[in-house]
Amino acid sequence: MSLDLARLDLSSYSDLLIALSPELVLTTAALILILVVAWRHRTRQDVRAAGWVALAGLAATAAATWWLWWNRAGASGIAAMIAVDDFRFVADWLFLGTAALTVLVSIEYLEREDVLVPEYYVLLLLATLGMMLMAGAEDLMVLFLGLELMSVSVYVLAGINRRSAPAAEAALKYFLLGAFASGFLLYGIALVYGATAATNLTLIGVQVATQGLGGSTMLLIGLGLLIVGFGFKVAAVPFHMWAPDVYDGAPTPVTAYMATGVKAAAFAALLRVLTEGFGTVPAWHQIVWWLAVVTMVIGNLVALAQRTVKRMLAYSSIAHAGYLLVAVAAGNAAGSAAFLFYLLAYTLMTLAAFALLAAKGRNGERDVLIDDLGGLAQRRPWLAFPLAVSMLSLLGFPGTAGFIGKWYILVAATTAQQNVLAAVLVLASVISAGYYLPVIMAMYMQPEPFDGAHASVRLGVLGRTAVIASVLGLLYFGVRPNRALDIARQSGAAVRPALAPSAPGAPPVAPTPAGH
Amino acid sequence: MYRHWILTALLAWPVAGALATLVAPARRAKHIALAASLVEFAISVPLWWTFDPSGGMQFQLDASWIPAWGIHYTVGVDGISLFMVLLTTFLVPLSVLGSYTYITTRERGFYALMLLLTSGMIGVFVSLDLFLFYVMWEVMLIPMYFIIGVWGGENRLYAAIKFFIYTMFGSLLMLVAILVMVYLVGRRTGVVSFSYLHVMANLGTLGSLAFWLFGAFFLAFAIKVPMFPFHTWLPDAHVEAPTAGSVILAAVLLKMGTYGFLRFALPFFPAVAQHPTVRAGIVGLSLIGIVYGGLVAMVQPDFKKLIAYSSVAHLGFVMLGIWALTLQSVQGALLVMINHGISTGALFFLVGMLYERRHSRLIEAFGGIAKVAPLFAATLTIVSLSSIGLPATNGFVGEFLVLIGAFQTYPVATTIATTGVIVAAMYLLPALQRVIYNPLDKKENERLADLSPRELAVLLPLVACIVWIGVYPKPFLRRMEPAAQQLVDAVKSAAPAAAVAP
Repeated sequence: MSLDLARLDLSSYSDLLIALSPELVLTTAALILILVVAWRHRTRQDVRAAGWVALAGLAATAAATWWLWWNRAGASGIAAMIAVDDFRFVADWLFLGTAALTVLVSIEYLEREDVLVPEYYVLLLLATLGMMLMAGAEDLMVLFLGLELMSVSVYVLAGINRRSAPAAEAALKYFLLGAFASGFLLYGIALVYGATAATNLTLIGVQVATQGLGGSTMLLIGLGLLIVGFGFKVAAVPFHMWAPDVYDGAPTPVTAYMATGVKAAAFAALLRVLTEGFGTVPAWHQIVWWLAVVTMVIGNLVALAQRTVKRMLAYSSIAHAGYLLVAVAAGNAAGSAAFLFYLLAYTLMTLAAFALLAAKGRNGERDVLIDDLGGLAQRRPWLAFPLAVSMLSLLGFPGTAGFIGKWYILVAATTAQQNVLAAVLVLASVISAGYYLPVIMAMYMQPEPFDGAHASVRLGVLGRTAVIASVLGLLYFGVRPNRALDIARQSGAAVRPALAPSAPGAPPVAPTPAGH
Repeated sequence: MYRHWILTALLAWPVAGALATLVAPARRAKHIALAASLVEFAISVPLWWTFDPSGGMQFQLDASWIPAWGIHYTVGVDGISLFMVLLTTFLVPLSVLGSYTYITTRERGFYALMLLLTSGMIGVFVSLDLFLFYVMWEVMLIPMYFIIGVWGGENRLYAAIKFFIYTMFGSLLMLVAILVMVYLVGRRTGVVSFSYLHVMANLGTLGSLAFWLFGAFFLAFAIKVPMFPFHTWLPDAHVEAPTAGSVILAAVLLKMGTYGFLRFALPFFPAVAQHPTVRAGIVGLSLIGIVYGGLVAMVQPDFKKLIAYSSVAHLGFVMLGIWALTLQSVQGALLVMINHGISTGALFFLVGMLYERRHSRLIEAFGGIAKVAPLFAATLTIVSLSSIGLPATNGFVGEFLVLIGAFQTYPVATTIATTGVIVAAMYLLPALQRVIYNPLDKKENERLADLSPRELAVLLPLVACIVWIGVYPKPFLRRMEPAAQQLVDAVKSAAPAAAVAP
């Protein structure tokens, strides 16, 4: 049997299974882990072992993804449930990396906080599986399945610490609003199906283009509801109200996971749906344009007013959703590539920041004020330095991956002649200096709030590994982004409107209407 | 070989020095930093002789950095940036030596940051790639931010964040403008490149968009200069910064703004630069800066703040010289940039030395110290006279050239600017009198120590430069003339954009 990975026929079962091999590996790992923790779930060693099994599962999945990517896997024909393209593989790596770093941070965190629930890792794997399905979904039903798998797992993760009232509140709030958002999304899918008689993204794109459905009311309402649903998931203003409370109450590693992985998955799905299914509908450009502006401005302004680090990071992640929306709004190949690269940078810097916050805080870290970090640089220079790097990267400062990512988004925006959007983005970044810099100021320029304030700050070996990996990544991609940029460009090009000409090397055209 | 690598060596050496400073024992840090900065100066000195005065970009090195975006590592100097590089390498060792007793806490960090700052500053002046320039422009913010914020005075946190955010605000809009320009050039030529020369050669006329792009560059540079009314960060930053920080800030960082006008804003947008309203507006702001800066300096009780405001006035002269656009005025502006670095740098050192002795910068806290510290008094007198612009000092040559050159273009404005020289005498001479002459009526001042040998070593090179440029400025003028001439010609040959004013 000769296996041609580049032309998988997704209507045959064997080829479909090969196309889904990363998901299958991860499912297997999750199931094995369930069995393991059913037998061994009492001691600290058991929880720790569960973490290692989860890491191994993630590594195996990454290898399977790499295998498909390396052999340039692709599908022949269009009517597929799952995409087989570089965008999916690269997004999968991001999710797997996020999950792996989260596991590293979690192992010590769970022991310290005495949350000895090994099912934590099972849920983490299942949520990651949902994310991978979302990024690969070529069909709205698969997308919805992935979304629910991810969301339900994360609802539970948010409330995994049963002794913590804020965590319970966060989980309930997240569940209620998440269910609400899922409802919007499902209703949107239904209306889109009503208008186009299809749930497959490519078919929707073909229908919209050939039948001239761009002005159909039913389709537009459906599209609007889809965007609302995704808006909730990515915490874009004005659908962001849940995010600060949930991020605040959930255990910090889970918060980090929500702020990076969940958001990235929802964004990846949003990008694919809008570009492939609705590439020829101009209406969403306007909507996303406004969403991006409002999210950047409000997110940054409200973050300025926060005094605790965790809430500040929560609002900052809302602001970053705004920057990512700019990449989506650019609507060109550079936008998709910038989106992927920015996700990479954003994931690394946010995870590092939350991991370091987890080291400083106790009992959910809700009460760590920015001023509480005073004098950290003298007492714990090796914690203060990475935190400073991740703050500068979040700010988009040259020399860090955050800068290259922001630069790429700006390139995409100016290429699409969205100069106003680019200007709003940089002005919003100036505002963000007003809350990222105080963290650095507190650590380096202020005295300790009281003697021994940082005596209990500890980051274990695993947490340190996660932080060092993130910070080295930030600095490396800030100076030598070449390879990552190439991969991002190739992968971003995989997502394109169904009927658009896709000649590689063609001069870039500006598909968006100018003149906002 | 040497000609290709010297600029890269100048960029890399301080970073190596900074690393060495960080790992060294704390009490050795300052010696290592001094040695590193002296070596840096020694590396840079041959530039002075090997530079070919007939003009053009020299010592170029070009290497691909991020080919996907057409970003290169390209460095080079011409008659404008040569002096900025030399000024930087000249002042850094003095600043390090001047901090020996001033900085007593976290010394390793301080000296490492000083060296990193050196790299960043030189990087700004030698970059010939817009990406590299932007990166350097931002990167040098961080060391300065820490120097003000960690080793500054009472109000240092406020001053540091204000300095950072003001600069960042301007530069980020410049970033968008750079991207738009590269996109336009890429569409026109099919080559996406951030190369300075490529962009400048192919930018063409842009119509009314040019005014927006120029506006973004203007904002970035005007904040840095700082021009009135963007100057409010300057007094805070200067007063709070430690002595070495103030010296570098005044001597080099402010020059980045005027350098930006000379290197980018004017050559990129000659049509806008020729536009009469734009020119009149900027010349008007420069005049306000000259007069207002002087008048505000006059009423400052704090000596350091007085010098900070005098910077606003001096930089007003630079801007006037640049925008008058004659050969003499541009050369004069370049010379004032150097002079201001030397004279104001020296003034900040002197005030810092007073502060170390008495922990006060108030003018009224002193009086009659010429009796107890004659060397100090003599140096302060010479430096003040240079700052005022007395003939036979460097200050005179620069401001005189600016005024002569500008008179051909803007006679009325130049007449007003001339009063700035008088105002300078009106704020500096009384201050001088109250500090070193007058009766010695305060007990604390009776035992004031005179300059130590170390302090003399800091100040004497500066005094020597004051006299050298004041008496024999020709070597300087000769080297900057082709670059200045080229700038004036390039801008004047473009048609004014009167028809497309927004």
